[in-house]
Amino acid sequence: MKTALKLAYRNLVGAGLRTWLNVIVLSFSFVVIIWLKGIMMGWDYQAKSDMTDWQIGGGQYWHEQYDSFDPFTLSESHAVIPEQFNKEIALGDMVPMLMVQGTLYPQGRMQSVTIKGIDPHQNLFLLPTHRLDTVVDGIPAIIGLATAQDMQLEKGDLVTLRWRDANGTFDATDIVVVDIFSSNVPAAEASQVYIPLQTLWEMSDMEGEATLLTFRDEDEERAEVQGWVLKPKEVLTASVDKILKTKTAGQSVFYIILLLLAMLAIFDTQVLSIFRRQKEIGTYIALGYTRREVVGLFTVECAMHSILAVLVGALYGIPFLAWQAKAGWTIPMDAGDFGIAMAQTIYPVFSIGLIISTVLIVVVVTTVVSYWPSRKIAKMNPTEALRGRIQ
Amino acid sequence: MNYYRHITVMKFAIAIIFTFALMPLHAQPTADQILERVDRNLSSDNRVFESTMIIHGARGSRTLTSRTYAVGEKRSFTEYLSPPREEGTKMLKLEEQLWIYSPSTDRTIQISGHMLRQSVMGSDLSYEDMMDDRKLTETYDATVIGSEVLDERNTWVLELTAKVDDLAYESLKIWVDTERYIPLKEEFYAKSGKLLKRAVLSDVVQIDGRWFPKTILYKDMLKQGGDGTEFKITDIRFNENIPDYIFSKAALKQ
Repeated sequence: MKTALKLAYRNLVGAGLRTWLNVIVLSFSFVVIIWLKGIMMGWDYQAKSDMTDWQIGGGQYWHEQYDSFDPFTLSESHAVIPEQFNKEIALGDMVPMLMVQGTLYPQGRMQSVTIKGIDPHQNLFLLPTHRLDTVVDGIPAIIGLATAQDMQLEKGDLVTLRWRDANGTFDATDIVVVDIFSSNVPAAEASQVYIPLQTLWEMSDMEGEATLLTFRDEDEERAEVQGWVLKPKEVLTASVDKILKTKTAGQSVFYIILLLLAMLAIFDTQVLSIFRRQKEIGTYIALGYTRREVVGLFTVECAMHSILAVLVGALYGIPFLAWQAKAGWTIPMDAGDFGIAMAQTIYPVFSIGLIISTVLIVVVVTTVVSYWPSRKIAKMNPTEALRGRIQ
Repeated sequence: MNYYRHITVMKFAIAIIFTFALMPLHAQPTADQILERVDRNLSSDNRVFESTMIIHGARGSRTLTSRTYAVGEKRSFTEYLSPPREEGTKMLKLEEQLWIYSPSTDRTIQISGHMLRQSVMGSDLSYEDMMDDRKLTETYDATVIGSEVLDERNTWVLELTAKVDDLAYESLKIWVDTERYIPLKEEFYAKSGKLLKRAVLSDVVQIDGRWFPKTILYKDMLKQGGDGTEFKITDIRFNENIPDYIFSKAALKQ
């Protein structure tokens, strides 16, 4: 085996430019595949972490009527906060949120919004709710950057808000935009207005009621509560998993094309070398090599392209990927328009598992592709091969 | 003697002055009576009417025509006749439920909950506004707060405060024609007292012994741009014989 490896290495290096071209193409595939997978992992990590910080915390209890995809359920989705959560809420480890459908009139245009009542002193979310504890000429409100851009609102703007109370009676007042935040989580921003919970209770005649209860600790074992549906974090982030699964499937096509190109070069090289080195094959057999050993030798030699590619890829790939992990990749279009939790700049995450699995896949595929043309050797007539006659 | 006679004459004169002074007050009906007369003019057991709705938006106007059959406050059926895009769209209201049939999709959907609060075809009216046909006397307490001349017509100004919980508007201000008992202007207020909507009623005509406004201009007062929604009744008939099958879901697809 040692001799085979030594021979293979010598033959490879001896082939010169042809080997290095193959190695470079293969190494390029390596680096690109690892980079793309790193982007996916980075997105997954970032999206879930942003969702935790801005939208879902460690998990939530939803009012049983609440459906996040149907804003029309909001009018029925509210109930008194169960007493058993009072202590957790007092400690700041649970944040109740009441949601009411409303209409905002920026510059006199009608815009449908969800009014969210939240405790200004909460620290479970990164929302700048402390700014709601301000005395202004109206109800203090914070909005997301996406809403501010859509409705052309700026900090300090006074705008009329209309809503209905629990009985369906209209009410309207002015709100003052005291802060605008940017979160990368469209679900926490789009068409939403955050105001103090106490104020919304008074406005809607829904004293002590909530639509959502978000808790901090995701690991704690939680019981089902009558009238509320427990939504653990993994359920709430399932949408991200689904999107990533779809994206990964789409990217696999790209990996296959990349690998196909590299493998085509490997395959060609192998076919060519078997064709041109018939005399050598004949000599090996004449020297007592079994055909299987010769096939092995040629397979190892060709598969060694991938080992060299790993080394060459590491040469430029490690600095490149390390730089990417630090500087991130800025999406060349507005990520907010995608409607999913996605930062404008994604920082790829490269795990050891990701790198080893990618290396293994490429090495195995290269070996299989190298073996394929080598099988021809087994069918060769040694005498003819020794003469160098084409068979 | 003269003195006593003088006193008697004075008393008589004061009594006459008071009687005449109080006469207009006696002549003016109470707020509830006014509302009752208004209800009598506007409500009917059943009616069939054709109407035109002109929605004046910021970027131009749209006109929709429709034919409506209504029985009491609970049942109504509307079919849109134009424009071609809305032609054949039908709405059926039964009790508190509303269904809409769209010919382009050949589907009937039920409008419920919050959807009832959405605007009807981009107008200043919500489905709920169109559905709530309850009599004013049943839903509001009224007080006469003054009188005004509106478009050369004498009106009483009434302030209406909700007496039931489930009303869209907590209070209303209406200007009622003193002769014809028809509101010529209505203002709808939020609980906070903010003016939300205004309706101006005109083209008052007498049909079958009752006065009826043939044109109503609605305007969402919080919205800027656009001149509101004009609702014109082009033809109206009261107490017609409307067959029952009209108020069925099956009639929507016919």
